[in-house]
Amino acid sequence: MLNVQIRKRLQATDSPAFSLDVTETFAPGFTVLFGPSGAGKSTLLDCIAGLLVPDEGHISLDGEALFDAERGLSVPASQRKTAYVFQSLALFPHLSAEENVAYGLSGVSATERTERITGILSTFHIEGMRKRKPRELSGGEKQRVALARSLVTRPRVLLLDEPLTGLDSGLRQSILQDLREWNAANRIPIVYVTHNREEVDAIGERVVALSDGRVRESGLPRNVLDAPRAAELAQAAGFENLLWARVTEHREKDGVMHVELAGAKCGLEVPLGSVRPGQEVQVAIRAGDILLATEAPRALSARNLLPGIVESLETMGALVVVEVRAGVRFTVHVTSGAARSLQLAPGREVWVVLKTYSCHIVTRQ
Amino acid sequence: MNLDAILLSLKLAGIVSVVLLVIALPLAYWLAFTKWRGKFLLESAVALPLVLPPTVIGFYALIAMGPRGPLGKVWQSLFGRSLAFTFAGLVLASLLYSFPFAVQPLVASFESLDRRLLDASAVLGAGRLRTFTRVIVPLSWPGLVTAAVLSFAHTLGEFGVVLMVGGNLPGVTRTASIDIYDRVQALDYNGAHQMALLLLMIAFAVLSIVYGVNRRVWSPWTAR
Repeated sequence: MLNVQIRKRLQATDSPAFSLDVTETFAPGFTVLFGPSGAGKSTLLDCIAGLLVPDEGHISLDGEALFDAERGLSVPASQRKTAYVFQSLALFPHLSAEENVAYGLSGVSATERTERITGILSTFHIEGMRKRKPRELSGGEKQRVALARSLVTRPRVLLLDEPLTGLDSGLRQSILQDLREWNAANRIPIVYVTHNREEVDAIGERVVALSDGRVRESGLPRNVLDAPRAAELAQAAGFENLLWARVTEHREKDGVMHVELAGAKCGLEVPLGSVRPGQEVQVAIRAGDILLATEAPRALSARNLLPGIVESLETMGALVVVEVRAGVRFTVHVTSGAARSLQLAPGREVWVVLKTYSCHIVTRQ
Repeated sequence: MNLDAILLSLKLAGIVSVVLLVIALPLAYWLAFTKWRGKFLLESAVALPLVLPPTVIGFYALIAMGPRGPLGKVWQSLFGRSLAFTFAGLVLASLLYSFPFAVQPLVASFESLDRRLLDASAVLGAGRLRTFTRVIVPLSWPGLVTAAVLSFAHTLGEFGVVLMVGGNLPGVTRTASIDIYDRVQALDYNGAHQMALLLLMIAFAVLSIVYGVNRRVWSPWTAR
């Protein structure tokens, strides 16, 4: 169990002052740390690892203090027994894969060292890479070597800062699988930073959402990321449409409320929230949750129908990104087949169809 | 050609560059990684010999090494002879004269290291000394070569400092550049030519090493 309760102010000359203020408990197993860039995710990991010293608070691991501002205690990074895989991986370029993995085993007897290295290399399927220098390894191999180098030391905490960025989805899944197997055998707290929704779903355990140095929400991925309450998180969680609106009416018995979109005369029905009529909110809608129709649909359960005009189309792989002006501008994702059969083109009149529960109310924090 | 003078110059430059590396490594490490706000003062002090006329360095060195100077007194009490106008005195003055040429390339190369590599080393349990020997030094070797070679070359060509503290004693303090000066004074242009050409070639070879290493022509682990 890793307990963190810290404050850290960072003063950079070229940016406004930033402060991290986090109280959180990390249980054994995965915790995903999710948030927009600049939220303080890496700063938090640096504080846990001992690379940065917080200004206030304490950090303890299984009851043992790693940092305590009041007692003036800060265990040096080299003695915390944490493992940290950096976003840049930071493999030593002058050492081979095997030497990199062996780097953290200086206090271990030669026989055990060989044994442990062989074991971890086989766990991560990189036995064949022993003699190669980092520059001779592919992206995925480098990531595996970095994980192996960290885990071979038998750490008490594992910190992963977007370790799988830049890999294709298949490779990412296979490395995650190796990591999950390793974790099943060694239950330690793993703090996993990612922006990637697919990784969050693959890990599937607890999510802690951080923005602007504060923990905004924590819980299961579907609660935190599918219904974000903070606008910055909605953006990071991949809500393409973030629209300003004013609450006009509560309909408590239907569990909904009405909002009027800013800059347009059109209204939306959205789930009832704790926002009072008259207040400003933002509505977050995923581009993939919006339907387009070329004729006015009738007898439909979706409650929001807005007439609009296609402004532009852009094909991205199998996906077509359609910009529609319907009072305000919506970004809509449709398949290329749908775009073809609806004959979508700039200037075409369409209906924007929105389910009430595809609209999420978020507040600016 | 005065082989004695050439050999003396090479010996002086060799000793000076080795001693300088030993002194400059820890100092450069400290300068590169300290967060002390007053470090610019020390940086300025290190750079002083770059802008001071060699005769000024030589003058102060001579006063310090003289029988009544602080260095001279200590030396006298330790070894029972004077420091000025000896080879040891020449080495000391040359250390001062070439100091920035050893420190600055090391600081530059330490500062250009990826800090995350040092973080990785610390998190993997390495203390500062181990990080220094296993990560910082091996990854800074172009800086090390540059520092050694530049201080060697710079010491080889010194004139003003040697003249002030060394005098002109054959085999003891008469270095190649002093010898050239003597020959020109004596209108022995032929002899001066030979010595000058040799120094020119050595200087060129040495600088080629510096630039080659820094362009990573021979680097063992950086593919370009």
